[in-house]
Amino acid sequence: MPSTSPAAERDVAGLGRARALGFVAPALVVIGVFLVFPAVWTLYLGLLDYSLTGAGAQAPTFVGLGNYTEALGDPAFTRSLGLTLVYVGGSAVLGQNVLGFALAWRLRGAGKVVRSGLTVLVLLAWILPGSVVAFLWQALLDRRGGTLNALLGTTDQAWVLDHPMWVIVVFNIWRGTAFSMLLYTAALSSVPRSHLEVARMSGASGWQQLRDVVLPTVRRHVLTNTLLITLWTFNDFSPYLLTGGGPNGASEILPVYVYREAIIGGHLGYGSAISLLLLLANLVIAVFYLRVLRGRTEAT
Amino acid sequence: MTRPSVVARLALCGLATSALLSGCVGAKEAGDAADPSANADAKDVTLVVSANDVKGGKNAAEAAWIEDEVIPAFVAQQKAKGVTAKVTFNGAGVEDEQYKTKLELNLRTGSGSDVFAADGIWLGELAAAGYVKPLDDVVGDAAKDWDGWDQISEAVQANLSFKDQRYGIPNGTDGRVLYVNKTLFAKAGLPADWQPTSWDEVLDAARALKKLDGVTPLQVNAGVPMGEATTAQGFLPLLAGTGAPLYDEAKGTWQGATPGVTDVLDFYRQVYGEGLGDPRMQQDKAGRDQSFAEFAQNKIGILAEGDYFWRSVICPSEEDCGATSMKNRDEVVGWAKIPAKQPGTGVGGQDFVSVSGGAGWMLSPKTKYPQQAWELMALMSSKEMQEKLSEAQIRVSARADVNAETLENDPLLSFISEQVLPITTYRPSDEAYNEVSLAIQQATADVVSGKSPQEAAATYAKSLTEAVGAEHVAGG
Repeated sequence: MPSTSPAAERDVAGLGRARALGFVAPALVVIGVFLVFPAVWTLYLGLLDYSLTGAGAQAPTFVGLGNYTEALGDPAFTRSLGLTLVYVGGSAVLGQNVLGFALAWRLRGAGKVVRSGLTVLVLLAWILPGSVVAFLWQALLDRRGGTLNALLGTTDQAWVLDHPMWVIVVFNIWRGTAFSMLLYTAALSSVPRSHLEVARMSGASGWQQLRDVVLPTVRRHVLTNTLLITLWTFNDFSPYLLTGGGPNGASEILPVYVYREAIIGGHLGYGSAISLLLLLANLVIAVFYLRVLRGRTEAT
Repeated sequence: MTRPSVVARLALCGLATSALLSGCVGAKEAGDAADPSANADAKDVTLVVSANDVKGGKNAAEAAWIEDEVIPAFVAQQKAKGVTAKVTFNGAGVEDEQYKTKLELNLRTGSGSDVFAADGIWLGELAAAGYVKPLDDVVGDAAKDWDGWDQISEAVQANLSFKDQRYGIPNGTDGRVLYVNKTLFAKAGLPADWQPTSWDEVLDAARALKKLDGVTPLQVNAGVPMGEATTAQGFLPLLAGTGAPLYDEAKGTWQGATPGVTDVLDFYRQVYGEGLGDPRMQQDKAGRDQSFAEFAQNKIGILAEGDYFWRSVICPSEEDCGATSMKNRDEVVGWAKIPAKQPGTGVGGQDFVSVSGGAGWMLSPKTKYPQQAWELMALMSSKEMQEKLSEAQIRVSARADVNAETLENDPLLSFISEQVLPITTYRPSDEAYNEVSLAIQQATADVVSGKSPQEAAATYAKSLTEAVGAEHVAGG
């Protein structure tokens, strides 16, 4: 035990408890009002049979975990969860990650014109407003006069109806790759040139350089990037603008499912319960990545 | 010594706050009996009207009517009484489901409009939630004694009534028919004055049309993206043709997986399973608009739609109807009543059936100026104003005296008024209707995407039971 009191030792800034509290109070209030309260509120609503209209709007009754058991037993929910995993895995974890890295890797050696040209194009997909992009994609994929059908010479090919999951996965890769590309471009510039030169001199092939020199250096960037795009994609609503969750629920990922249940169907309580499950899934993902991240950091 | 961690303390604070606030959900001021005489003598009146209309967009004619006719007339009327009225029109041009959600959220928070347009089928939900109140409570005697009620038939009044109390003034009504393309009919060797008397005759005509190249023979609304259109102009007219209505008022039961429901779903199977209709169009997000466009391009033989289609989608004026306008509509487009499954198997032993609905004007119980809001509604429903609206865009008004003078010039609308409205059926204004309608849409979607009618009916019955409770489901 040290001779000074533990409190004094902890109070490095010498502010005293009251003043320290004064400094963090505004932040705590903001967090409380905008984060903790809505989360707790969602938890509470999820326990009611609260609805937008009808008797359930006037006097909602307490149903306990009813909404949760209903959701877990509802095939539409489990299907939606499965579709969400496919969507996140296909478009974010694999698609955006790999394509973003590949672009960043290839562009390193490219000429200035090619590099800035491609960067602008990729960024454009990212910065355009969602509604504009959705309209462009509708024109691209339209069954009658769509650009894609015109290019391929196919007639009456309803891409959105025949391959809804492919459409939204490709759409999200196209839309979100810019972020991964930017992050990996920054990460790759942190790989010391000398390491790569030494590897080259020792006769390492391009693939070996990538595997043994570059990847170990940017490993943490990969994890951070994957964490961020996974969370974003998990909560992404924009596929609704393309497929509306259809046909017949074939592309109804969880955010769309929540929208359909809570807003169209008016089941606010049920929607809150699903939202909370979505929140939990996000937390699990975040904790998983952070664990891996921490493990890797300690190992190096 | 152990202190609760910061997280635990924060969570505790959050829980305490939410416990305090939890009374908010659903809590209503118990004693807020509306005061009809509130601000009745006010000299300055501010009112907001909202409708799913917008100039230059959806229902442009009605938006123009509100802004250019109704509001100036109301301001003048009030000015004559020494009152300064300021009325704002809050228009929208979105899908009906979205307008409905916005309306409900507005009513829930007590913000939004004093007078608003609403579809009659929403009334059950709105009233059960306490969002709207009977006119007698909000307005009082002025509404009871209004002279316009004499001109509006009981059936049309029922559109905006719930549990035998009036909640608003109907603006108009409508009816559903089968539209046919006479050019395609002639090519397929079908008669120009076609009137099928059974479902089989409809299917036979569709099979004849199928021989034509590039033509979709028959389109009956189905699927979820079509929303209420699926229920109102597809499923329900067909169900009415099997003999029993969806909702039995006397017993308080909804039809579950009954033979009638299965028959209707089997009709859908024949249409979309045999390639008589285009199932893709029923699955597409913009499917209804596509069906409009294809009909206007002479690519659809028979289309089940309401009179809205005739007056607002394929009207000859390109200015009003845009890309789907048909210059030669009056020569090319014919219509027929929707037949029962077999002659005489329709509701009440009828040979032909239809489904009608209608929107109208309601007022928010939270309005600050109930009397003036009512005066505005009454003005909108006056003979003079209703005639002006019918002039701008012909339609079936709620008022008989207006119809008598305006409908004779339009062959379809006089047909609907004379032949369809007498045999039509109305949708139940029950608070569970929206949910039942969603289950119906899903059942038709299942059949269109290839499931068997029995399977779809079973899923439907399950959703229905969840929505209304097993004791309110008939058949199975």
